[in-house]
Amino acid sequence: MTFLGWLTIFGFAAILTALAIPLARHMAAVYTGERTFLDWLFGRPERLLYRVMRVDPSKGQDWKAYAKSLIIFSLAGWLLLYFILRTQTLWSFTGLNPQGFHSGSWDVTFNTTSSFLTNTNWQYYGGETTMSYFSQMAGLTVQNFLSAAIGIAVAVALIRGIIGRSGRSLGNFWQDLVRTVLYVLLPISFVVALVLVFQGSIQNFAGYLTVHGITGLSQSIGMGPVASQEAIKELGTNGGGFFNVNSAHPFENPSGFTNLVEMLLVLIIPAALIFMYGRMTGKRRQGYAIYGAVMFMFLGACVVAYIAEAHGSPAQHAAGLNTHVIAGSTGGNMEGKEQRFGIAGSALFNVVTTVTSCGAVNSAMESFTGIGGAIPMANLSASETIFGGVGTGLYSILLYVILAVFIGGLMVGRTPEYLGKKIEAREIKLTILGLLATPLMALFCTAMAVASKAGRASIFSPGKPQAFSETFYAYLSQANNNGSAFAGYTGYIQPAAGNVGAHGVTFADLLGGFDMMIARYVPILFALAVAGSLAGKRISPAGLGTMRTDNPTFVVLLIGVIVLVGALTFFPALLLGPLVQGLTGHLY
Amino acid sequence: MRKDITTSAIGIVVLTLVLGVLYPLVITGISQVAFPGNANGQQVKLNGKLVGSKIIGQQFTDQVINKKTGKVELDKNGNPVTTPDPKYFQTRPSATVPADNAAATAFSNAGPNNIATEQAIAANIQAYIALEKPYVPGLTAARVPVDAADTSASGIDPDISPANADIQAHRVAAIRHLSLSRVMSLVSTYTHGRGLGFSGEPGVNVLELNLALDRLTGGH
Repeated sequence: MTFLGWLTIFGFAAILTALAIPLARHMAAVYTGERTFLDWLFGRPERLLYRVMRVDPSKGQDWKAYAKSLIIFSLAGWLLLYFILRTQTLWSFTGLNPQGFHSGSWDVTFNTTSSFLTNTNWQYYGGETTMSYFSQMAGLTVQNFLSAAIGIAVAVALIRGIIGRSGRSLGNFWQDLVRTVLYVLLPISFVVALVLVFQGSIQNFAGYLTVHGITGLSQSIGMGPVASQEAIKELGTNGGGFFNVNSAHPFENPSGFTNLVEMLLVLIIPAALIFMYGRMTGKRRQGYAIYGAVMFMFLGACVVAYIAEAHGSPAQHAAGLNTHVIAGSTGGNMEGKEQRFGIAGSALFNVVTTVTSCGAVNSAMESFTGIGGAIPMANLSASETIFGGVGTGLYSILLYVILAVFIGGLMVGRTPEYLGKKIEAREIKLTILGLLATPLMALFCTAMAVASKAGRASIFSPGKPQAFSETFYAYLSQANNNGSAFAGYTGYIQPAAGNVGAHGVTFADLLGGFDMMIARYVPILFALAVAGSLAGKRISPAGLGTMRTDNPTFVVLLIGVIVLVGALTFFPALLLGPLVQGLTGHLY
Repeated sequence: MRKDITTSAIGIVVLTLVLGVLYPLVITGISQVAFPGNANGQQVKLNGKLVGSKIIGQQFTDQVINKKTGKVELDKNGNPVTTPDPKYFQTRPSATVPADNAAATAFSNAGPNNIATEQAIAANIQAYIALEKPYVPGLTAARVPVDAADTSASGIDPDISPANADIQAHRVAAIRHLSLSRVMSLVSTYTHGRGLGFSGEPGVNVLELNLALDRLTGGH
């Protein structure tokens, strides 16, 4: 460990906080209809979009109407994406398929489509050997924007339910969707994509380069419109890499500086949404309390991951390597890590990507040490409450806040209230159902996969604790709509680039696809139902006996509830895989 | 219901045109005008011929010729067997097939407690020592920098650590009949620092360094 390594982690947290506060101000204006500095640019296109889509943005929707629009729009997106991916050769006339790639098989396409629709971006395919530029742009990039916008819309709807003073309206889904895209996602992606190219990312439509190195060896180099996809991939906490090795690829993430930019991009909206929540409720301290709780858990995860990776792995030590810091080398577990990021930049990136639902990686998760690999799993086990994905994070945290208020209310023996609204049996039932969907899917699918022969076909390191870790990580990651992987676990067998002769592992593809969709849409429906249920309630003024939800006591209670629920649900599974490996120097 | 379906159908098509076609096209247009070098992959040319990308790692190895048949030896996958060219700095171990394949990148996915991982690292250490020990007497496994024995993430890492370059500099200097200090000064020329002074680690760009060496001694 080095001083600069620690500075990377804590400096990052400070920069993130400083950037999130102004973004929160802007986003609050976007969702309350106030003027923003982008009105002059996007006001006209916004109104044009409403007219073309035949939407009346002033018309409020109750939770059922809001949910119906969301589900039907998602279904339309699913069908179009599946169609685009399955007809890849048909679009070659655009010139955006220079390598002449064919389509992937139906089962892997089912998985990929479900994956990008649900903001998961789990990838059983390798980008540069499978996807044409057209598929990457018109298919995957579009859903990178839209799945992010839908997540944010649900969070905003839940906030409106919590602060609503009368009536049932949660806002208008179409308006939230369009305004999120135009006023938040598109402008930031636009600027950052250009910054990435300025720093060395590529952006072109050329065919793959063939070069002849100075010793006469030839090398083929994948090209493509990378930067435009990279920016929204991080900003929307999507995480689906243009290339197979994701943000470890020098064209996606060329330097230590871009590594910092990309990490900030992943967390900026989840962090800003928490502050925005404080603004929209008119009680900024509520936002600070939640931010304090999640930042505490985030930094805890970073510290453990950094120490574990800097220590090195049992395999390295058995081979005789010295993993201490020496002059000119950071030491540590450099297996599956890039020199320009080093240990701290890799450990931090993978914590950032697993607390959110991003899942982009800049190093090989499967090669992390036992404890270093347990941290991503623990982050996933917290079910997107440590910042979480864009929007999905905030609504997951708010459901946990309601649960914590309820438990706190039981402890002091009063009717639980949150921001003046009574939390009653109906809301608690909906909250619990919403919170349990994701862990249940993760554990159910893991059990199915390890107990069946069809499931074990996907394993890379059979017969070891690592095999369980791979499987558990796969279904946990898909249930949390994360998409990062212990990448040995496979659902697609591709003997050569271009998909000819390739076939999917149908069991893993389908199970994963349903895992992602159920664990995405069920919590969304319950979150909207909670919002609808709270929206109609009257706000009673805070009295002397009201439990405060903006002080350190509540922060501790909230952390306790999140950790307890996560630990009780997942501890046995964590023990079987990564913890066993972390607690021993034994090789398997 | 019907209204939602109409709006969804129109919406997804229009938004695909805006976000999936217009947005990448505009970014490409601006990039190609403002940063054409970067946008096209920082291609490096030598005497008019493309030799690589500045930020993509490549192999500096020679193909092994079978003495009996006079043909290039192939491994079981049909890829040529190669051996490090000792006059060049060598890149990090790569998990792609063949090594440093920038059209099909891959992780090694070597688990931290796997016997196979230990064996792979031990083999990398052995190869490194075999190449460097004649020029760095007393080189042991414990002195091999981790980046020289561990597989990179992308399989095409363009950099090596400064510690790794320090060791390899002895060999390159001896073979090219250069002073060690001359080689070391080139190494420091092609060492990049950290982002904003703290983010990431310094690295030595192997392709640029090797090209500079060739310019200095004319490829010998």
